[in-house]
Amino acid sequence: MGLMQQTIFEQAVLFLAALVVFTSFLMLAQRRLFPLVGLFAWQGLLLALTTALVAFNLHYPHLYASALMTLLIKAVLIPLMLRRWIIQLDIHREVESLVYPAYVMMAASALVLFSYYVVLPIEQLSTLASRNAIAVSFAVVLLGMLLMISRRQAVTHVVGFMSIENGLFFAAVTATSGMPMVVELGVAFDVLVAAVLFGVFFFHIRSSIDSLDVDQLNRLHEVER
Amino acid sequence: MNWLTSIVETALFILLAPLFAGWVKWVKCLLQNRRPPPLVQPYRDLAKLFRKRPMIADTASWIFEAAPFVVFVTAVFAAGIVPFAIAHLPTAKVADLIVLVGFFALGRFFLTLAGLDLGTAFGGMGSSREMMIASLAEPAMLMAVFTLAMSAATTNLSQAIDWVLQTGLVLRPSFVFALAGLMLVGIAETGRIPVDNPATHLELTMVHEAMVLEYSGRYLALIEWANQIKLMLYGVLIANIFLPWGIAESLTPRDLALGFASIIGKLAVLGIALPISETLFAKMRVFRYQEFLGFAYLLSLLGMLSHVILEVN
Amino acid sequence: MLVLATVALLGALLSAALPLVQIDAEQSRGLVVRFLAHWARRRPRDRTAQLDEQRFKSAVEYAAFGLLAGSGLASLVAGCVTLLAGQTRVDQLPLGLPWLAWHLRLDPLAGFFLGVIGLGVFAVALYGPGYVRSFRHSGHSFATLGFCTGVFVAGMELVVLADDAFLFMIAWELMSVASYALVAFQHEHAANRRASFLYLLMAVVGAIALILAYGIVAAFASAHSFTFDALRAAPLSPTWASIAFALALIGFGMKAGLVPLHAWLPEAHPVAPSHVSALMSGVMLKVAVYGFLRFVFDILGEIQWQWGATTLLLGTVSAVLGALYAFQQNNLKRLLAYSSIENIGIVFMGFGLSMIFFAKGHGELAAIGLIAALYHVLNHAMFKTLLFLQAGTILHQTHESSLERLGGLIKRLPRTSFIMLVGCIAISGLPPLNGFVSEWLTFQTALQASALDSGILRSFVPVAAALLAFTGAVTAAAFVKAYGIGFLGAPRSRHAAHAGEPLHRGMFAGPALLAALCVLLGVLPGQVIAALGPISRTLLGNDLASAYANGWLWLTPVSSRVASYSAPLVLLACALAAWVSFRLLRTPKLAPVRDRPRWDCGFGGLDARMQYTSTAFSQPLRRVFSPLYEIDERATREDRGHALLTPAALDFELRIGDRSWRHGYLPLAHGVEGAARQIGRIQTGNIRTYIAYSFFTLLALLAMVSA
Repeated sequence: MGLMQQTIFEQAVLFLAALVVFTSFLMLAQRRLFPLVGLFAWQGLLLALTTALVAFNLHYPHLYASALMTLLIKAVLIPLMLRRWIIQLDIHREVESLVYPAYVMMAASALVLFSYYVVLPIEQLSTLASRNAIAVSFAVVLLGMLLMISRRQAVTHVVGFMSIENGLFFAAVTATSGMPMVVELGVAFDVLVAAVLFGVFFFHIRSSIDSLDVDQLNRLHEVER
Repeated sequence: MNWLTSIVETALFILLAPLFAGWVKWVKCLLQNRRPPPLVQPYRDLAKLFRKRPMIADTASWIFEAAPFVVFVTAVFAAGIVPFAIAHLPTAKVADLIVLVGFFALGRFFLTLAGLDLGTAFGGMGSSREMMIASLAEPAMLMAVFTLAMSAATTNLSQAIDWVLQTGLVLRPSFVFALAGLMLVGIAETGRIPVDNPATHLELTMVHEAMVLEYSGRYLALIEWANQIKLMLYGVLIANIFLPWGIAESLTPRDLALGFASIIGKLAVLGIALPISETLFAKMRVFRYQEFLGFAYLLSLLGMLSHVILEVN
Repeated sequence: MLVLATVALLGALLSAALPLVQIDAEQSRGLVVRFLAHWARRRPRDRTAQLDEQRFKSAVEYAAFGLLAGSGLASLVAGCVTLLAGQTRVDQLPLGLPWLAWHLRLDPLAGFFLGVIGLGVFAVALYGPGYVRSFRHSGHSFATLGFCTGVFVAGMELVVLADDAFLFMIAWELMSVASYALVAFQHEHAANRRASFLYLLMAVVGAIALILAYGIVAAFASAHSFTFDALRAAPLSPTWASIAFALALIGFGMKAGLVPLHAWLPEAHPVAPSHVSALMSGVMLKVAVYGFLRFVFDILGEIQWQWGATTLLLGTVSAVLGALYAFQQNNLKRLLAYSSIENIGIVFMGFGLSMIFFAKGHGELAAIGLIAALYHVLNHAMFKTLLFLQAGTILHQTHESSLERLGGLIKRLPRTSFIMLVGCIAISGLPPLNGFVSEWLTFQTALQASALDSGILRSFVPVAAALLAFTGAVTAAAFVKAYGIGFLGAPRSRHAAHAGEPLHRGMFAGPALLAALCVLLGVLPGQVIAALGPISRTLLGNDLASAYANGWLWLTPVSSRVASYSAPLVLLACALAAWVSFRLLRTPKLAPVRDRPRWDCGFGGLDARMQYTSTAFSQPLRRVFSPLYEIDERATREDRGHALLTPAALDFELRIGDRSWRHGYLPLAHGVEGAARQIGRIQTGNIRTYIAYSFFTLLALLAMVSA
């Protein structure tokens, strides 16, 4: 058995990995915006926890910094910003209708398996032997894309996008024990700036087409029908 | 000797089931600022029902009279194969986890038939809804069971508990998901809030009560008792599979005492958690059951996937 | 034993020939009268002359079904003895093509299926005489029915005995055509004609696939021989083997009713006479299963895991959709037909698992899967035959087949109802009856998925198993509906209210025999698995000796640590517990009051129309799984002014169709029609064009010959 031979830290990392995927699943199922943002915050928190755990386990002090940054940006700052916009845009009561949620869930489970299948040939990636964790982060990326595909609400798209970034970050932390500090700082600020830009876009989209339904953007196509 | 202990243990299980139901009710009353009935109230109710002369409608057939017995016997039998305070039961060999699910299904088969027997709209409605819940809950339950069975490489309950005890504390994401899935299934299958309300007789909301509406006297007592056994059975399953520590591995007095103390402690905790969730959540609409049970299935499925992906190399 | 099997065959053929005397009834009756008079000279002449038309007809029916019963019994004995002894007998019949005599072979696999056929045929033959009597008044000739039934049975027996591809296909077609005629028996209804045509069409397509499959293997075989021995030795490349497998899956799957090739089944099975439906559902589907086994496990041999995965997938889809559709049916026989699809799905799931394990080199696990599937074959033959026969009894006694017009039969037909209840419990896969054992074995096979090295398979197999659990629950719901609406409650029509038990004893004997077998097969699984051992030994090289290693009480497919089940003890404990609780509670002082009215909410006047209907009972799942159904629901309401509570008219219409029909079959049919129209263009009607066709064909042929 694989799990029993690993140390408690590795077990805990895998455990957190499972929970991260779980939050992605919950996001897919969540139809209201506030809980969705809340779930995103939870995912950020789990990410920060994982990072701190890896830092503790491998004694990489710079990872503590990145854990703290993740916590601040992804679990606090961005969710708060999203929350404020949602209130300002007055869409916090909107409930998105999912077309066949069961199909989305089935597709999501299939994606998890698929990501496992894809990662399977990648042997001996890192000291953490975390092929499994990579499979999980890959699944988080794919689920984030699925979230964007299956929804129309622009805010949901942003959450999906951020969740994709979470997946990549998770891979970086678990497989290569984090990226160099410079890169990480850069990425973190990129994400933050992206979030702010998205906010600006929301209001622009809203003011020009009077809705945040991205299907309405179809009207912007090049060719006249 | 072993067989004798397991018979005694089963008897104890059956006798304690109303107490557990009483405990749940007691905690719930406290949480809702009501004055709780005494803990032994379920015993009094059962005794009263057993002493009453039952009424049977003129349109009833023999199925109606046989169903309470089948329901009760299957519940007793299920109680017999689930390790309660002692890990090694010879009866666990007679029937494994899948047979346990089969026994619940048998009891439900007869109860739903009984609901249809008199030809009333209530009974039919209850049976129909019960079958919907069962159809959706059963795959979730078996998925959770499979997660456990594939980890432990056995469907025998005693062996599975043994395996968990031997491997010690391992952080298994799959078990957490399976546990959550099994809890939701347990809530649905024992007819608790938010799926069904055991305390209501409002026709639009009831499922289980609608099926047994026509029962009285000892027939009702048997069904009620079987229900209490089933509730406790889910509690014991959840407690003993996922957190078996403390269960008696041998028949020494010390182990036995520890075993009983630990299972009663665990049940007491579960008996607090259940009313808390019942107080926090409201009863759902009938056609939101699918989301609830779909979520249970999703949890169990994630448990299976994380077992395959994360835990085996 | 082969001799006995041939006797069975002859019996079936004779029983086919016998009813033909009815065609020229007057003359043949005279013959019989004269013969009897000659033979029983002592009897007074006037008594033999009293052999009037009715009695003559009855005598023919009894004789025909008697021969059929004899044929069933002979094949049962031949099959069982072969299976238990684990021996193989080969023979040739001097019939057939000049260079290919008919090869016959009776090995354990054939023996098992011969036994299943024999059992089904025997039970049906007991039941038949009472049932077909009702056709006398409706002007249907017993000559056609009896002839086709006999040929049908002979065809099935011959398929199982065949040892070369030619004989196999001849027997297969015999079976198909005879059953087509049986489906079309009551051809005055347009629906029956349509169903039988669909059946014939799909049978032909399936047969073409089979011929191609055999052709591919034969092309590789030495000297292009068609005997199975030569086919077995054929060195196929993996690609060609896969193509042959796909063709066989289509051909046999079409006959067995695998989704999406099942469209004919729910149409054809309900419209045939009930004892024939019982044979078709209970027995003929098994012959298709036999063909699949023979072709894939025996002839192709080198199994690839992709085949197993495909089979598992199709099996799972069939099981799930079959159960879901069965639940929505209001016609009892249609419900049973869909449930056959579901059960065949379960059987193919077992095969799929077995193939996956075998291809991955786990022979002993493959044996569990194979034996689970074979066990389910046997079980399904028992309970489905039983249920169709009981559905026939109800049709016979009430002339109603819709559940919406039945109800309360448990009081009018207590014995029939009891036997039906046994069948319903068995088919719902509930312990301690037989349906549960085979499903339990399938679950156990699926749980061994951790032995597989591929993570994808390892996670798909449990999902399939969870879907099997779903199937089981929905099937239980379907049979609660069938029994609860049809047999319990208050009668919903005059016919149901005045029905009575059938008078003919055979109409109990057949089903009762099957019900007893259902119980027996459920309680003694160890013996059954031991008997099935020779099959898996010959096909997979492994038997399941570990399953009954711990004595007859215990069933332990892998080892006693992994899983064990003791059906006898379960039954014993249940009986004991029930007896004790019943005893304890039977105090005469507290005897129940039995004549109370039902709770009517204080309004009074509950009547049969206020009960839950069959459509209502299945509404929740219909709503939950609405994407899987083709639902056409219309409710119209005419209001009378402001009186909202008393509308002038209410109209509700609900039609539930099969998704595969609209999305699979109709486009295919349009495609074929379109292609036919394109091809039709070459037929210009111009004579010179035709001459040109011949001319160019001649040129092409000459070029080919010279090349």
